[in-house]
Amino acid sequence: MSSTEVSTIEELANKEYKFGFVTDIEAESLPIGLNEETIKKLSSIKGEPEFMLEWRLKAYRHWLTLTEPHWANVHYPKINYQAISYYSAPKKKPQLNSLDELDPELRKTFEKLGISLDEQKRLSGVAVDAVFDSVSVATTFREKLSELGIIFCSFSEAVKNHPDLVKKYLGSVVPHTDNFFASLNSAVFSDGSFVYIPKGVRCPMELSTYFRMNAANTGQFERTLIIADEGAYVSYLEGCTAPQRDENQLHAAVVELIALDNAQIKYSTVQNWYAGDKDGKGGIYNFVTKRGACRGVNSKISWTQVETGSAITWKYPSCILQGDNSIGEFYSVAVTNNLQQADTGTKMIHLGRNTRSTIISKGISAGRSNNSYRGQVKVARRAENARNFSQCDSLLLGDKCGAHTFPYLEINNPSAQVEHEATTSKIGEDQIFYLNQRGISTEDAIGLIVNGYCKEVFKELPMEFAVEAQKLLSISLEGSVG
Amino acid sequence: MLEIKNLHVKVEGKEILKGINLTVNAGEVHAIMGPNGSGKSTLAQTLAGKTEYEVTNGEALFEGKNLLDLSPEVRAREGVFLAFQYPIELPGVSNTNLLKTALNEIRKYRGLEAIDTMEFLSMIKSKMKLVELEQSLLSRAVNEGFSGGEKKRNEIFQMAVLEPKLAILDETDSGLDIDALRIVANGVNKLKTKDNATIVVTHYQRLLDYIIPDFVHVLYKGKIVMSGGKELALELEDKGYDWVKEDIPQV
Repeated sequence: MSSTEVSTIEELANKEYKFGFVTDIEAESLPIGLNEETIKKLSSIKGEPEFMLEWRLKAYRHWLTLTEPHWANVHYPKINYQAISYYSAPKKKPQLNSLDELDPELRKTFEKLGISLDEQKRLSGVAVDAVFDSVSVATTFREKLSELGIIFCSFSEAVKNHPDLVKKYLGSVVPHTDNFFASLNSAVFSDGSFVYIPKGVRCPMELSTYFRMNAANTGQFERTLIIADEGAYVSYLEGCTAPQRDENQLHAAVVELIALDNAQIKYSTVQNWYAGDKDGKGGIYNFVTKRGACRGVNSKISWTQVETGSAITWKYPSCILQGDNSIGEFYSVAVTNNLQQADTGTKMIHLGRNTRSTIISKGISAGRSNNSYRGQVKVARRAENARNFSQCDSLLLGDKCGAHTFPYLEINNPSAQVEHEATTSKIGEDQIFYLNQRGISTEDAIGLIVNGYCKEVFKELPMEFAVEAQKLLSISLEGSVG
Repeated sequence: MLEIKNLHVKVEGKEILKGINLTVNAGEVHAIMGPNGSGKSTLAQTLAGKTEYEVTNGEALFEGKNLLDLSPEVRAREGVFLAFQYPIELPGVSNTNLLKTALNEIRKYRGLEAIDTMEFLSMIKSKMKLVELEQSLLSRAVNEGFSGGEKKRNEIFQMAVLEPKLAILDETDSGLDIDALRIVANGVNKLKTKDNATIVVTHYQRLLDYIIPDFVHVLYKGKIVMSGGKELALELEDKGYDWVKEDIPQV
């Protein structure tokens, strides 16, 4: 790479994170620290039924027996879990009768992030649940959706209004004992989104949750639970940003998806948490457990993720293919720049017969970052005729970054067909020169090439999101090719 | 339009161009011929701004500006176009996307608004006909999986869309069968106006049967050793490059 390209890349890398502002709003927070009292307090603030508190305490007691996992290819100083506040919420009562009552500061915050909570102004076809720090502050289009029997609300409301569904499905995919961060989340999660699509209903609009972390020294622990009943379909989007702070902040979420017979869930994420500055100061630790269960026959779960933010990403959206003929898909673009570290991938667990899975992973590393793909494909003994296709491509920008691939295959049935393809490439100088010669700057040339490289994943995103993702990629990569 | 004076270029420390002088005016077609290794492609790539090529002396004025001071993208926006000898593949980048981005960059540089999408689509469809390209090529990734002939036709198609003032065709005829050669040459001829100019770099005379040059220059060991009208190309074809080599013992 020529010196001009290096300098363009560095210039781009130093672009500011445009979502780094802080909203000045009075918040109600729990003091820092974690013990059974904190959890009881949290549960009582939220007015939860007894079963929730018991579940939380069970998770907390289990968490105490665990140690933080360090098998991922990421490095960070020890986290002091007693130095975090586990609850922070804007002081005005979030219990709204209508969206008009929303605190104007909060409304402004989301407007600034490009998320309008005004139903009239929304581009048609997307309903939003806005989560600010620990609580959901607004959910749009809920009446319209409820006409179809669709439940789309904050997790807190679901606990109160639909306790049977919550009891039945909470922890059924990611149990409270699953892993260190999932147990912690189970103990202290404060809010999140809840979706239930009834039998045979095709959700007419995209459902979306937008997570915003604002308060300092807090962690965000949200929980999302999506259930698609028999024959139902839903497409769900998740976006996230956080202010620019010098300290690291922990985000440990859990997402559980359940698809019953013939149901389909499409889950898309554009993750843009603050990544820290170019020297690696600050940024979010994104330690997330996402898992979907294709519980019914012919069910399908697709994960599509575009990961550009966070100082550290530790995330493996997975599918458990229980139902016969069920399908799991994972499409991922993970971009790391500067000193970012990402260890991300998926698990496809084939249990049913004729189950199929596809994994398309595009890792892009720039600056001095490290990007790892870690994926597991497991075919159980009775999973006749399981099929998997995995493709893991890594693109390196510059010569100071790293790309790693850790595929794990465990095949217990001889009828399985598992394919794994992997490539590592760099953007060629000749490609950049070719585009330069057509009048396109090096920066834009890199954007074009990288977007082209990620095309297979972007085409899985809903239209509106795909455009966002492309822009986001250009911004985060502005500073990332070699 | 273009005035090259005493141009010296080094590639990987070795001097390839040793003092090129060449003047090209609007409305003219110049052919640059020469044996392999004489520096033809180096000249083409240097004018386009390839960074690995080090200019050690001389200048190249394009409409009064020293081209050599400009970045490759600015040269392109000024109106210099290089049809590559080996067009580059860009996986995932569609032809349409590339052309629209490029055209709008050029328009922006010239103070024009971005082109309307509908207008752009109808324009590129009409331009495709010039080089008899299939419309399906528009949505395919640039040059990926294209045949050799399609790649070369695609270069001329891009040229038709971007409408450069100075087009440099680097060995555009290499690897083309006679039909493809005719199509490419027809495209180039149709794009010719009194305001633009073309430099055709070629090893063989046969392209010049279709693109009739006003001037023919022979490049040998980094210098233009002979210049003449179109009949020079025929003479070269007849006598071969050995004739040049024998005739210019001092080089």
